[in-house]
Amino acid sequence: MPVNICVLAKQVVDPEMPAAAFRIDPDARQVVPPANIPPVVNGFDENAVEAALQIKDEQGANITVISSGTTFALDVMKKPLSMGADELVLLQDDAFANSVDSFFTVQLLTAAINKLGGFDLIICGRQASDWDNAQVPLGVAETLGMACITLGKKVDVQDSKVVVERLAPDGFEVVEADMPALVTVSNELGQPRYPTLRGIMAATRKRPTVWTTGDLDIDDARLEPRLTLHDLFVPERDQDCEIIEGDDDIDAARRLALRLREDRLI
Amino acid sequence: MADATGILVFGDAPDGQLASTAQELLAAGRSLADALNQELAVAVIGSDVADAPQQAIAHGADKAYAVTSPALADYHPDLYLSAMQTVAAEANPGIILIARNNEGRELAPRLAFRLGVGLAQDCLEVSADAGTGRLLANRPVYGGSAIAVVSCTQTPQIAAIRPKTYEPMDADAGRTGQVVAFPVDIDAGAAKTRVVDVVKEEAEGIKLEDARIVVSGGRGLGGPEPFSQLEELAGLLGGAVGASRAAVDSGWVPANYQVGLTGKTITPDLYITVAISGASQHMAGCSGSKAIVAINKDADANIFKEARYGVVGDWEKVIPALTETVRELTQS
Repeated sequence: MPVNICVLAKQVVDPEMPAAAFRIDPDARQVVPPANIPPVVNGFDENAVEAALQIKDEQGANITVISSGTTFALDVMKKPLSMGADELVLLQDDAFANSVDSFFTVQLLTAAINKLGGFDLIICGRQASDWDNAQVPLGVAETLGMACITLGKKVDVQDSKVVVERLAPDGFEVVEADMPALVTVSNELGQPRYPTLRGIMAATRKRPTVWTTGDLDIDDARLEPRLTLHDLFVPERDQDCEIIEGDDDIDAARRLALRLREDRLI
Repeated sequence: MADATGILVFGDAPDGQLASTAQELLAAGRSLADALNQELAVAVIGSDVADAPQQAIAHGADKAYAVTSPALADYHPDLYLSAMQTVAAEANPGIILIARNNEGRELAPRLAFRLGVGLAQDCLEVSADAGTGRLLANRPVYGGSAIAVVSCTQTPQIAAIRPKTYEPMDADAGRTGQVVAFPVDIDAGAAKTRVVDVVKEEAEGIKLEDARIVVSGGRGLGGPEPFSQLEELAGLLGGAVGASRAAVDSGWVPANYQVGLTGKTITPDLYITVAISGASQHMAGCSGSKAIVAINKDADANIFKEARYGVVGDWEKVIPALTETVRELTQS
């Protein structure tokens, strides 16, 4: 039986953009997406797609990618399909502008997962590179009452259970759970594969399912915000760097050592 | 919940000693408790917490719950959550603080969702709003490029505090408080996951998190070999070696070398960065360093905006000369 897998993926502003391109709108309390730099699929979520594809390669799987947001760059969000995922579901609603509030996002995602009939395995990136909340996967697991294993660097399915190599501060541990289960993965899982030409062609023909909040069955009380954003600002850096100069790099290095000694740092 | 008041801090006590992260939470909690004129309670969880509750009182708590069960001998998120939920119901706090350490990364969001409330994640600073008495939390977002100030709309208000952002208070054995024995009935069979193996990949020498001096290498090193030069320099300085995520993702060093947002948080006295550009995601793990040295050939690299000392130069020339001079200085 192919494993029925769901991957949660988010569209984010490119975290590799030059620091100078990072701007916020203080009045709207939002980050202004840079004009000439396209958004990307959150890096850890690409690791999640890769983990799902490895299971698909091994024993067969049907992979549904679910994403939530206000707007989508469809060519960007189709990347998991071109890598080899099967279905794409986009939860699109202006309400997602409040992306600070993971609770809200989880209500939408879990309602969509229930509407799709549930999954054997949900794989997520450990956190999104925009709000760095690292809450949505854990909230989905709690809300759906699923077993939850975080920070995976390897994910295997063996019969009815999932076996995960989980990062620990001094190595890793092997953790298993009966499915259904939710696993978060980290960059230590390894480079996600590149889309193949055939994958890109197939993805072009696929149409995502698009739902809004109204299409989902959610108790209104659970849509009330749990977090309020009061301010968003770029922190000031007040460090004045003392550039140690010398006749050449070797001389500068010697002077650096002497300077550190003088300041009793070494 | 009505009448919820006070601050509840969750602390762990491996080997019966109150963890440093718990001491940091108590420092954060104490300042909130004093500002709000409320009680600061701590819940120490384990199978046998020894005198860690008493240590917590010396570090600022007014009340300490010794939350014990034989099922809590080893950390298991499902079982610890169950204990946390039970003690939270008993203490009925207005504010809960949890360390965003390896365990807190999963416990804090899960507890918040279980209670149906919001979580201020990865906070650098928490304070009480003078007007409303509500918790205000400063937290880095976008990899540390911006700071968001957030508050929770429900009660309890929960904040996860980034380790090493609060300085523990000095222990004062003269402080008095109430220790409450709080045995909990935990069903070990309720755990939905099982740890079947533990693999240690400990680096040799001093631990990165504890080192007073750290030397880290980044993408610009170009391969794994240069790290042996960094090991030599760190060895002379009695320090440890770290790395940026780029170096880890390239497979040059193991994952537990990684300093940064998704790696380790370090606060050494001296942090020497070699061929690291200083992306905000990296700085998130080391910005508490007392002095940062930047060695990078790109004078425009962000790391020079964060460093106290900089050398604009080629690491292949700088590191051997630096190492040699350090050898002369430390052995003379």
